[in-house]
Amino acid sequence: MKEFFDKYVKLRKHNAKIAWKKAKRAKMCYAFLAPYAILFAMFFIFPVVASIYFSFTYYNILESPRFIGLQNYISLVLEDDIFLTSIKNTFMIAIITGPLGYIMSFLFAWLINELPRWVRSVAVIVFYAPSIAGNCYVIFSVFFRGDAYGYVNAILMNMGIIDAPILWLINPTYMLPICMLVILWMSLGTGFLSFVAGLQGVDKAQFEAGYMDGIKNRWQELWYITLPNMKPMLMFGAVMSITQAFGVCDVTMALCGYPSTDYAARTIVTHLFDYGYSRFEMGYACAIATVLFLIMILCNKAIQALLRRVGT
Amino acid sequence: MSKKAKKEVQEKEYRKPLIKKRKPNRSIGGDIALYVFLALVAFVMAFPIIYAVSSALKPLDELFKFPPTIFAQHPTLDNFSDLFITMGKSWVTFSRYLFNTVFITAVGTAGHLIIASMGAFVLAKYEFPGAQGFFKVVTVAMMFTGYATAIPNYIILNKLGWIDTYWAIIIPAFASPMGFFLMKQFMEGLPTSLIEAAKIDGANEWKVFSGIVMPNVKPAWMTLIIFSVQALWNNKASTYIYSEERKTLVYALQQIQAGGIARTGQGAAVLVVVMIVPIAIFIFSESQILETMASSGLKD
Repeated sequence: MKEFFDKYVKLRKHNAKIAWKKAKRAKMCYAFLAPYAILFAMFFIFPVVASIYFSFTYYNILESPRFIGLQNYISLVLEDDIFLTSIKNTFMIAIITGPLGYIMSFLFAWLINELPRWVRSVAVIVFYAPSIAGNCYVIFSVFFRGDAYGYVNAILMNMGIIDAPILWLINPTYMLPICMLVILWMSLGTGFLSFVAGLQGVDKAQFEAGYMDGIKNRWQELWYITLPNMKPMLMFGAVMSITQAFGVCDVTMALCGYPSTDYAARTIVTHLFDYGYSRFEMGYACAIATVLFLIMILCNKAIQALLRRVGT
Repeated sequence: MSKKAKKEVQEKEYRKPLIKKRKPNRSIGGDIALYVFLALVAFVMAFPIIYAVSSALKPLDELFKFPPTIFAQHPTLDNFSDLFITMGKSWVTFSRYLFNTVFITAVGTAGHLIIASMGAFVLAKYEFPGAQGFFKVVTVAMMFTGYATAIPNYIILNKLGWIDTYWAIIIPAFASPMGFFLMKQFMEGLPTSLIEAAKIDGANEWKVFSGIVMPNVKPAWMTLIIFSVQALWNNKASTYIYSEERKTLVYALQQIQAGGIARTGQGAAVLVVVMIVPIAIFIFSESQILETMASSGLKD
């Protein structure tokens, strides 16, 4: 046992030595990377570490953080009903808009792929525009106005489906579906661009070979040739979808108010804002953020495992 | 000579059927159905934006008309001129808000471009201990951008004493993982022989970077600039900056929009002003963005 351990240490030391030598020779590389790496560590890695640390403390910015162990997490799960509502809402939104938005991104990228060049450019602009249109989504609050002025109410009343206007954005039953609709409208984002570009790069000769090997229809083409070629883009798109699906807060805050009726449209991020910026319970807010990080990482791992099986 | 000519002829023969013949597995009926479907979807996607633009062009009485009209009957630019009048009346002038936004966007983007490309260059073209690991962390961090890190970021910026200065927005923007990631992936496509040739000619790393690599990755520059400009233009900066005279244009515009029913017309104009900038930039640089996105894939 000891012998084995010594061997392991020796090997480790040896590897470290080689790495150190290589690192010494690559001084220039570190110098180039340093400015980015330092800033990145400061504003993207350190915040994650810090929020894990603060999540075990009581911290209100004025006093120095006081270590309270798992108390924040225990309160989150056992005492904070609104947090559980927010988790439920976020998952509802993520499970529906995440995969749907992802599939829509790919589907439309795929459908416009063989169009003539200029039609494709126009289509890309039309599909991508909603996701970069600032806060254009507030226009949906006009469509879904609660009185008879709202378009949706007016249309439904004219058709005789409802006889009184529905308070779309105040009635908890309708809030989440409407938010999901708006999020789906905005879901053709960076991932979509990546898919469009990736599909253009698929080698045409592979399709020729596929026809020879007896590929009969577009679906087989998609599954056996296009998708396996697109795996890296699909991974990238998944990361983008996860960010979008779990980070929902702008849309729900703008459409349903903050706080919304019965917290029916509260998401994890709005809950985090509430504790972080309104109540200054930073420790508690950091615990919420940590939970969010964990969910995102696990979700990403699950999707990666799923995508590995594409085209087999 | 004759050999070369022969080769050309052969190549032509190979390419001809690809262009002329209709592809297998495609039918005319299917194509028509596809066009109809896409046109419908495109209409649904574009409708809210079209509606926003047309509301901004409506005179006030039309905005409150019942039943409401979708398109402006008597389009005017009154809402926009009203907006500028309102902006002119606020105690922080319009030009100050504009300066804030332009300053933050320009400095943030320039710094991001230089710093991220330097890092991306060595990560893409050299092998050194830690490179792989660092890149993995960057890809994970792409998920965490935005709201979830806002609170610890606030604490850090507070400790640095940058709260309520432009730097609170500019410096974190330098390190945005998205631009770094795209730049690195695109640079990987550059032939290594190009760099080696320059090195043999006696160029040092900095010369290779500024003289060879950067001029060859212009599409990635554009993409990085555009993503950065979009992010910074839409940055409301309301959490890190509380002095009115340092707030951004978008924040000020959205304050006007929140002004209630009396400002409905101006609010509609604000929507258009805020969204027109990113969309216009995208339209002008679409082909370059797509060229960069082609190398955006994540290998595992």
